[in-house]
Amino acid sequence: MSAFVRRLGFGGTLCLALIVTFALLALFAPWLSPYPDQGMGTPNVIAKLKPPAATFWLGTDHLGRDVLSRVIFGARVSMSAGLLIVAFSLLIGLPVGLLAGYFGGWVDEALMRITDVFLAFPALLLAVLLAAALGPGLLNSIVAVAVTWWPWYARMARAEVLVLRGQPYVEAASVMGVSQARIAIRHILPGAARPLLVQAALDVGPALLTASSLSFLGLGVLPPTADWGKMVDEGRKFFPDRWWVAAAPGVAIFLLALAFSVLGDALRNREGGKRRDTT
Amino acid sequence: MDLVRYTLRRVFLSAFVVVGVTFLVFVVAQVVPSDPAALYAGPRPTAEQIAKARVTLDLDAPLPQRFVSFATAMGTGDFGVSYKSRRLISQDLRVYLPATLELAIFSTFLALLLGIPAGVIAAARRGSWLDRIGSLGSILSVAMPTFFFAMLLQLVFSQWLGILPLAGRLSQQISISDPLPFLTGFNLIDAVTAARPAVFLDALAHLILPALTLAAYPAGIAMRLTRAAMIEILARRHIVAARALGLSAPRILFGHALPNAVGPALTVIGLSFAYALTGAVLVEIIFAWPGLGRYVSEAILSKDFPVIAAATLVVTLCYVMMNLVIDLTQTLVDPRVALT
Repeated sequence: MSAFVRRLGFGGTLCLALIVTFALLALFAPWLSPYPDQGMGTPNVIAKLKPPAATFWLGTDHLGRDVLSRVIFGARVSMSAGLLIVAFSLLIGLPVGLLAGYFGGWVDEALMRITDVFLAFPALLLAVLLAAALGPGLLNSIVAVAVTWWPWYARMARAEVLVLRGQPYVEAASVMGVSQARIAIRHILPGAARPLLVQAALDVGPALLTASSLSFLGLGVLPPTADWGKMVDEGRKFFPDRWWVAAAPGVAIFLLALAFSVLGDALRNREGGKRRDTT
Repeated sequence: MDLVRYTLRRVFLSAFVVVGVTFLVFVVAQVVPSDPAALYAGPRPTAEQIAKARVTLDLDAPLPQRFVSFATAMGTGDFGVSYKSRRLISQDLRVYLPATLELAIFSTFLALLLGIPAGVIAAARRGSWLDRIGSLGSILSVAMPTFFFAMLLQLVFSQWLGILPLAGRLSQQISISDPLPFLTGFNLIDAVTAARPAVFLDALAHLILPALTLAAYPAGIAMRLTRAAMIEILARRHIVAARALGLSAPRILFGHALPNAVGPALTVIGLSFAYALTGAVLVEIIFAWPGLGRYVSEAILSKDFPVIAAATLVVTLCYVMMNLVIDLTQTLVDPRVALT
């Protein structure tokens, strides 16, 4: 344990603990939140917009629902959005980068020009357009962000493959008559995937920020479901007089994104990789 | 020769990207939504209205033909009509685009103005409180949701301190009773040409908070890049020589070291501009800034796809152009770029 702490550093360990806490809250939300039914959306209009107190630790929202319970249930959405966006993007980007880097020539040229087109958009705008076209819903907003996200991984995977392709062990495999597909999948993919996974860990924070931005714009989860971005938007009408409605979910997004970012940095310092800029 | 070839290739690739972007916007805005005709026909349309809308929108034509007419329309500045307001989108853009560009340009300027000097000082006083606050700030700015940061700034500077306006582009007594003549759409410029200093200051005051929201993140990056470059330069011999000559510290930092260290920070211009254009969608709602971002976010609610498509396309084109200009300028300044 202490060796582990030393490797991640104090900040990294603290952030890992924070992420684990949020993950546990998300997983066991129905048992850990004080008012699970309100967390899932049942209104409680007799207790509208109550300030934080012993009964409602973080106060209540415009429908009288316990903000703490909503924040705990909201962790499910933000966690899964952050992780799924990155996972979907890897699922598209990695094969594309592998194909482009391994085969080169016109395949490479064609695939890279396609990534150019995607990268030409300010990312959030394309996601907004796509999420609007697909309609609201968590999965749709995740897909919308992933579509703007994968080209980064494709580019990165391609660059890794280009390096690995020239390695002696790959040439050796090729001389021994190993099939192309097998070389690509067994000999190159594992080496190329590793730095991408580190990058993916760094990207969970920006990914969940982007998802919460879509949700803030009304392009995320559907109404009764609790989501942090949406809660900030709802609380905006009561800000700053009844600050707790927007502040609690806002702080939650900030903390989780911060935790992923600092932990990612700690991982990167060990593994090597680059911070992605959130545009 | 290489420079000419590089320039041609960049221009050609940008043209390709423009076509690709148009195609993607076309697909997302016209092919993905389930029934544009029903949206066009308005609330609770009859079957005939929908059928009529299908003809008006030319939805039954083959896709390639639809794309060509879409691209031609976009290319000639005909963005169609808003589903909701039935106004010409090109007319709306004429008003909203300058507002957003003014915000984006000003925030980029602000990011450099804050980030570069902070980076210089952080490099000169490594480990000092300013250096630490700077690096802490740049870590925090990565994780801060734009929309929440905007609300916090409003809370502090407008509600508590009361030194900056809460929202809007101009005070109501100006915008309603004595509006600026619309010339460029950039309030700062229009105020200067109309020779109205009070309006200029008012517009400036309204710009600061939204621009600061959008500048925080790029300023952090500019600071990190400047700091790293400065630390490297400050160890060089010509700086040691300047010290030995007894030049003053500010003169060494800003006169001798910074010009060599400012290159990396300038790459932030493109990033900052893109970040501002994107963040505008979020920030403009909160600051009631009548620009493209708010136009888009209102269009989202009414599923006004022509508006979202036009705005996305225009903003992306601005962004592509900007990147092209930055790339080519960099090549002119430092021809080695073309070789890589």
